[in-house]
Amino acid sequence: MTASPVKGNPAAGGPRPGRLVAGSQPTGGPALTAGLVVDGLSVAYPAGPVLHDIRLAVRPGETFGLVGESGCGKTTLGYLLGGHLEAGGRVLGGRILVDGVDVLSLRPAALRRWRASHIAFVHQEAAGSLDPTMRVGRQVADVLRAQGLPRRAAVARARELLSRVRLPDVDALARRYPHQLSGGQQQRVVIACALATRPRLLVLDEPTTGLDASVQHEVLGLLTGLAAELATAVVLVSHDLPLVGQACDRVGVLYAGRLVEVGPVGEVLAAPAHPYTVALLDSAPTLGVPRAVRPLAAIPGRPPRPGETGYGCRFAPRCPAAVDTCRSAEPALEDLAATGHAVRCLRPGAVGRAVPDALPAAAERPGPVLLQVRGLTRRYGHTLALDNVDLTIHRGEVVGLVGESGSGKTTLARAVVGLGPPGGGSISLDGQELPARVTQRSPQLRRRVQMVFQNPDTTLNPEHRVRRILRRAIHTLRGHDDVPALARRAQLDDDLLDCLPARLSGGQKQRVAIARSFAGSPALVVCDEPVSALDVSVQAGVLEVLAQQRDHTGTSYLFISHDLAVVGYLADRIAVLYHGVLVEQGPTQQVLAGPHHPYTARLVAASAPAAAESTVAEPAAVVAPEPSPVDPAGNGHGCRYVSRCPYRIAGRCDRVAPPAVALGDGHLVRCHLDPASLPSATWLAPWVLVQGPDNQ
Amino acid sequence: MAVATRVSRRPSPVLAGSAAVVAAWVVCAAFWPDLVPYDPDLQAPADRFLPPGTDHWLGTDHYGRDVLSRLVAGARPVLVVAPLAALLSVAAGTALGLLAGAVRGWFDGLVMRLLDAVVVFPVIIAAVLFIALLGRSAPVLVLVIAAAFVPLVTRSVRAATLVEREKPYVEAARLRGEPLWSLVARELLPNVRGTVLVEATTRLGDAVFAAATLSFLGLGQPPGSPDWGSSVADNRLWVQLAPWTVLAPALAIGSLVVAVALLTDRLRRRLDRS
Repeated sequence: MTASPVKGNPAAGGPRPGRLVAGSQPTGGPALTAGLVVDGLSVAYPAGPVLHDIRLAVRPGETFGLVGESGCGKTTLGYLLGGHLEAGGRVLGGRILVDGVDVLSLRPAALRRWRASHIAFVHQEAAGSLDPTMRVGRQVADVLRAQGLPRRAAVARARELLSRVRLPDVDALARRYPHQLSGGQQQRVVIACALATRPRLLVLDEPTTGLDASVQHEVLGLLTGLAAELATAVVLVSHDLPLVGQACDRVGVLYAGRLVEVGPVGEVLAAPAHPYTVALLDSAPTLGVPRAVRPLAAIPGRPPRPGETGYGCRFAPRCPAAVDTCRSAEPALEDLAATGHAVRCLRPGAVGRAVPDALPAAAERPGPVLLQVRGLTRRYGHTLALDNVDLTIHRGEVVGLVGESGSGKTTLARAVVGLGPPGGGSISLDGQELPARVTQRSPQLRRRVQMVFQNPDTTLNPEHRVRRILRRAIHTLRGHDDVPALARRAQLDDDLLDCLPARLSGGQKQRVAIARSFAGSPALVVCDEPVSALDVSVQAGVLEVLAQQRDHTGTSYLFISHDLAVVGYLADRIAVLYHGVLVEQGPTQQVLAGPHHPYTARLVAASAPAAAESTVAEPAAVVAPEPSPVDPAGNGHGCRYVSRCPYRIAGRCDRVAPPAVALGDGHLVRCHLDPASLPSATWLAPWVLVQGPDNQ
Repeated sequence: MAVATRVSRRPSPVLAGSAAVVAAWVVCAAFWPDLVPYDPDLQAPADRFLPPGTDHWLGTDHYGRDVLSRLVAGARPVLVVAPLAALLSVAAGTALGLLAGAVRGWFDGLVMRLLDAVVVFPVIIAAVLFIALLGRSAPVLVLVIAAAFVPLVTRSVRAATLVEREKPYVEAARLRGEPLWSLVARELLPNVRGTVLVEATTRLGDAVFAAATLSFLGLGQPPGSPDWGSSVADNRLWVQLAPWTVLAPALAIGSLVVAVALLTDRLRRRLDRS
C-alpha cells in the first residue's frame, strides 16, 4: 500500500478545518498525514482512566483490527475516533487526526459537518441501524441526498452502491424492506450506507456478530476489498482475534485501555509477543482441534475496571510469566521489528502458544443409545422447518449440530426438549417415547432432558437472585446437591449467589444457566448456541464447564452452534443441517476433514483459520439467489442445496432426492456425488487426517 | 464536545405542584368535618345565591348552603370511590391477564371474548342498568367503574405476559415442571410489575373522572350529597344567576384529574429511568 498524498477533499467539509499537523507521527509509522493517526490519546471517565497513551496510525486503504475483551476500552476508542464521547468522559491529552484534521478540536457544528462527509460507523446490530419502515434502496439514497445529491442521481448512485456490496438482483432488492433481507444482506446494506459518503475513515464495531460463519467470511472479505478500492482507512473493533486475522492488515491488542501489542496481522498471530495476545489466541478454538488435543485456556480473572489502580504492567495479575519487575514498573510500547510490530511487555515472547502435544486417544466406544429421533418433521405454516430428520445420541456423547440461521437447528432442539409445535416422527429416550409437548411428559422424563439457552440476558429470571434460581431448580428437579455445591460445579463463586442476574456478566449468567440445567442429574442437555453471545475469552471458560460436567456425570449433549470451530472442539459427532434436512452426520474428524458434503465443505472453508486460508482450495463460487426455504429445489424433489452447489449434476441433483450414503463408522452423507469425488479439507491440522477413517 | 445529557434528580415543579394538589384534596377528604367553616348541608334560605365574599368565600347555592364547605366535604366520595375502583380493576385485570397469557388456549379465548363483550357495551348504559338494579351507593359505583376498566387492564397485562412467557427463563421453568400457579406468581408476575404499576396509575386518573361523570349524571351518590359531580348537576339550572356554584366543583374535578394525571405521568417516568 502506498502512502498516497492526501486524496479528495482533505478538510473541505467544515469551514473550520482544524489544525493541520505534519510530522507528529507515532513511533514506527512512516511520515504521512493521510489516513488516521491517533497520537498519545488518553481518556478518563468519572470512575477513572479508560484509555492511556494510545498511539496508532492507519493508512488509507488499510484495515486495522482493534482487539480486546469487553471492558478494555475498544468501543470507547472506536467511538472517539468519530468525536463521540460518552457523557462524563474527558480527553486528558492527545490528538486524533483524520487526513490531518484534528477531530477533537472541532467545534460541535464543524464536527457535525465533518462527520457527515468524513467518517462512517457500522454497528453490531445491522437490523437496528436500518429504518424498518423504509425500503432499503431509499435508505441508501437518503444518505446521499443528505449530502446534497439530487433525487435521481441519489437513486442511481444507491443502486450502484448496493451492487458494489455484492447484493444480488439490486433492482428488486432495493424495493424490499429490511425485515425481508437476511442478516448478512442487512449488514451489507448498512455497509453500503456507510460507504455512500466515501468516508475517509470507516469504524466497524463487531460488524459480524450474530452472522453465520460463511456470511461473516463474505462480509469481511467484501469490507477489506472495498476499503482498498476506496482508499478508506478502516478500523475493525472485535473481541475475536482469529476473526480479525482473517480480515485485517494490522492489528492492535487493547488491554485495560493500553495498546499492549500492535503489528502486522501475520506476525502478531504467528508470533504473538505479549502474554495477553497469546492468552486471547489460546482461548479461541481452532477449527479441527478438539479438546482432547488442546484444551482451551480461559484467561483467569478479568480486566481491571476503570479506576482500579495498580502498579506495573496492568496484565501482571493475570499473566503466567509475570515476575517481580512486572509488578513494579509499567513497560513502554517498544518496537520488536522494523515491520512496526511493537509490544508493551518486559519479557516479550516469554509465553508461547499452547501446542497440541498429543494425538487424541482413540475415542471410547460409545455407550448405549440414549436419544433416538426418527423421521422428525416440523412445519411452521407452510414452511417445512424439519424434513424427516433421523438422529441418534449415545450415552455420554456430545453431538454437535451445525447449520446456518434458518436451517432448523433450534426447531430440532426445541422439539427434543418438548417446547416446539407437535409434528410427525418420534423421539425416544432410553427406548421410552417422549411426548411432543413438555406438559405431556412425566416428571421423570422432564427431569432427564434439560436445556441451556442462547441469550444469557433472558435465560435467568431478572427478579430472582442466583440462589433462588438454583434452589427452585434443585427443588423442582429433585436434585441432591445443595445450592453452593451446584454453583461450585459450574465454577460460580459463592459471593455471586446473592446477586440479581443484572449484576452478572454474560459468562456468569450462562454458568448459572448450566448449573440450573444440571440440578437434577439430566441424561441429556440440549445446548442451543450457549456461547455464541459471549466474548471469546469467556466462551472458553463456559465450554470448559460444559466439558467437565460431561466428564463427571456422563451426561450427553446435543450441542448447537453456528461456529464450526466450537462444535469441533467439543463434539464427538457432528450433524449438519441444511434447510431442515440432515445432509451429513458422522464422527467429528471425518465430517470436518472429509470427504464430506459440499455444503459442509463450504462451512469448513468459511471457518478456516487465517493461516490456512491460502491453502484452502475453494471451488468456483456459484452466485445464486438464496433458495426459498419452502421448496429450495423448486419442484418438491431433488437436493435442497442444489442451487448453491458447485458440484451439482444437472438433471439428477435437481430432480432426485439424494440418498444417504454410508462412508463407514456411522458417517452418512446425503449427496449424489460418488464418495470418491466428494470434497475434502486436506489443509486441516495433520492429526485430523491421521485420525481419519483408515485409522479407526 | 460531546453533549452531556443531564439527568436531573431535583423534584420538578410540576411533580411538586401536582403532588401538593392531590395531597390537599386527600386532607380535605379525610378531615373535612374539622376543616369546613359551615355544615355543608345547613340550609339558609335567607342567604341564597350570595356571591363570594368574606362570610362565604365561595358564595352560597340555591338553598343558601356554603359552597366552600360543600366543596371540601365533596372530596371524600370521589377520593374513596376512585382509588377503590382503580385497585379493584387492576387486581382483577392483572389476575385475568396473567392467567390468560400464561395458559393461552381456550381459556385465553374465552376470557378475551368475554372482556370484548364488556368493552362493546356502552359504559353509561351499563352503569344505568346496574344502578337501577342494585341501587345508588358507593359500593355499586366502585363495582361499575372497576368492571368498565377490567378489560383494559387485562389486555395490557396479557400483552406483557405474552412477551415474557416466550423468554427462556419461563421456558426453563416449564422444562423443570413448575406448576401453573408458580409459573404465574414466581416467574411472570414480578416481570410484568412495571405494566401493572403503569396500569394502576393510569386507571386512578380515569376513575376520578368516571366517578365525577357518573355523579353528574345522577348515577353516583344519593341525592343531596356534596359530591362534586352532583353539585355541578344540581346547580347547573342557576349557572347564569350564580356561576360560582357550578364553577367551584367543576374546577375541583379538573384540578384533581389533571394533578393525578401529571403525578402518575412523572412517577412513571421516574420508574422507567430507574
